[in-house]
Amino acid sequence: MIYREAGQFKTSYASDQAIFPIAQDRWFVGLATLAAFVVPPLAASEYWLQAVLIPLLIYSLAAIGLNLLTGYAGQLSLGTGGFMAVGAYAAFKLTTAFPSLNIIAVFVLSGLVAAGVGLVFGIPSLRIKGFYLAVATLAAQFFLVWLFNKVPWFVNYASSGTITAPNRTVFGVIVTGPNATAPVRYVTALALVVVFALLAKNLVRGRVGRSWMAIRDRDIAAEIIGVRPLRTKLLAFGISSFYCGVAGAELVFLYFGSAETFAFDITLSFLVLFMVIIGGLGSILGSFLGAAFIVLVPILLTNAPQSLGLHLPVALQKQLELMVFGGLIIFFLIVEPRGLARLWQIAKEKLRLWPFPH
Amino acid sequence: MTELLYGIAIAPFKDMVGSPAFFAEVLIGGVFAGLMYSLVALGFVLIFKASGVFNFAQGVMVLFAALTLVGLLERGVPVVGALLGTTAVMVALAWVIERVVLRPLVNQEHIILFMATIGLTFFLEGFGEMVWGANVKKLDIGIPDRSFIVTGVQINQLEMFAALTAAVLVAVLGVFFQRTRVGRALRAVADDHEAALSIGIPLKTIWLIVWSVAGIVAIVAGIMWGAKSGVQFSLSLVALKALPVLILGGFTSVPGAVVGGLIIGVGEKVGEVYWGPLVGGAIENWFAYVLALAFLLVRPQGLFGEKIIERV
Repeated sequence: MIYREAGQFKTSYASDQAIFPIAQDRWFVGLATLAAFVVPPLAASEYWLQAVLIPLLIYSLAAIGLNLLTGYAGQLSLGTGGFMAVGAYAAFKLTTAFPSLNIIAVFVLSGLVAAGVGLVFGIPSLRIKGFYLAVATLAAQFFLVWLFNKVPWFVNYASSGTITAPNRTVFGVIVTGPNATAPVRYVTALALVVVFALLAKNLVRGRVGRSWMAIRDRDIAAEIIGVRPLRTKLLAFGISSFYCGVAGAELVFLYFGSAETFAFDITLSFLVLFMVIIGGLGSILGSFLGAAFIVLVPILLTNAPQSLGLHLPVALQKQLELMVFGGLIIFFLIVEPRGLARLWQIAKEKLRLWPFPH
Repeated sequence: MTELLYGIAIAPFKDMVGSPAFFAEVLIGGVFAGLMYSLVALGFVLIFKASGVFNFAQGVMVLFAALTLVGLLERGVPVVGALLGTTAVMVALAWVIERVVLRPLVNQEHIILFMATIGLTFFLEGFGEMVWGANVKKLDIGIPDRSFIVTGVQINQLEMFAALTAAVLVAVLGVFFQRTRVGRALRAVADDHEAALSIGIPLKTIWLIVWSVAGIVAIVAGIMWGAKSGVQFSLSLVALKALPVLILGGFTSVPGAVVGGLIIGVGEKVGEVYWGPLVGGAIENWFAYVLALAFLLVRPQGLFGEKIIERV
């Protein structure tokens, strides 16, 4: 009985189906979001912003994207890194070709480009599913990365083969590029992720999301009740790739500053997949929790032995990290296939009833 | 434009006819690479047939087997002892996997099991590196690695040996599946878990056997690959190349895995040498996947696979 919801009557469908039907939840999330905008830029150190919070937000966005596709629509994808690369390179091309274009518009446009590419690679999903589809998306991953590596047009014929974020401003403040400060980049990433997460949340509880889940749970039954598999699956691929594309663009423009294709290789795809699994398949909140987990665990593993007075060699740390990652994935799949989000939900339900058993 | 067409459609074939010895060498290189993919794919097929689990960790099992073998050899264990020791380790690994990973996940969706094997991949990679070290190691169990020349074509003894081993392995597996009691039980489990259980086939034992056999196949693949290019972590990436091989050959067919591997191996080597320069090279990285993708659209069940795929 940490908090009560007695006396909160739902008198309309709108209030019954609200994202946060309980007033305390609404307040909590509202205040947490506000705090996220205000506290870290003022209080957090450069290291925390740059190494923890900014990647966390960007990976969350990518994880939401993959979660829409794998968690909600049930289409396993190992091509996330490829779609993120599309977003990053599209953003680079757009902003160097049209320097006066607002950088937020560039992000959205590059997301749209990624969505287009995602649609193309989603076409096989109409004939195949499961592991076969995973292989098809692997084709996207390897082909796209190879393409950006080989065609010099994508990097504006730079001999180094890297793309670099130029200085761009929003409302007169430098947001990207070498002169952008960490707090500004943090707030930009946060604003984008808040907007897109809200969009995703509304998407999945509406008609589109329900048709995705119908396809995921039983495609033949879904088709019989009138969900069109072709349109639904392609839409999932398109929207998911949009999110991944925006995240990829942010990754270069707000986090790395400059990047090569190496940054978007298959490891990135797996990383985002793990965020989705650990966080919870089919949960927007889970995408955040999973991203936080994957970003924080390596930092914890790096610092924990030192704070205990142990000095592990770097190689051993890396190996332990791999083992802990792998072990945790198996552990979560066994204990709770629905991930951290489900654990959070269980905890919340328990707290609502506490100290009573029912 | 005509130049491009010429480059795509005529020049490569002219080169092939122009220097047949070189073409033969490219082919042999492709066959060897293909055999390696086949050996990894074989492990996939075995496990998929018997338990419906898509074992992503097969590649890392190859690596783990090779690492263990090298580690034992480095500690002065004789070759036979090291091979036996590695086999014991792989069987023990199969037992642990069945116990810790598969049993608690019985009845879960395939995709969950697949992801569990991805987790297993990471765990084994870290574990193998921690126990045996991360350096590139030379694996030498006495297979000669000399080359000789037959009618102008350079042939490597090791490659011949690998081809022979793969052929023997496939034959043995074929006999094992078709002619033995255990093999029949395996096929029964692959056909229908519940029916197999109801006539008294012990599912857990069968899984253990299958994972052990896949582990032993992994040892063979590890030896070949390790002798060719040293034991290193790029080995685990071979697992990914085995996926298109499976698509080509079919998920449930042992001969399919071999044929698929050969097609992919030869295709990517020939493509790389003759067509690669047109687009800047390094098409080896994605050729296999795109080939598989194209193949999926025409024949989703693979060359030899059962038609289990549901079309939506």
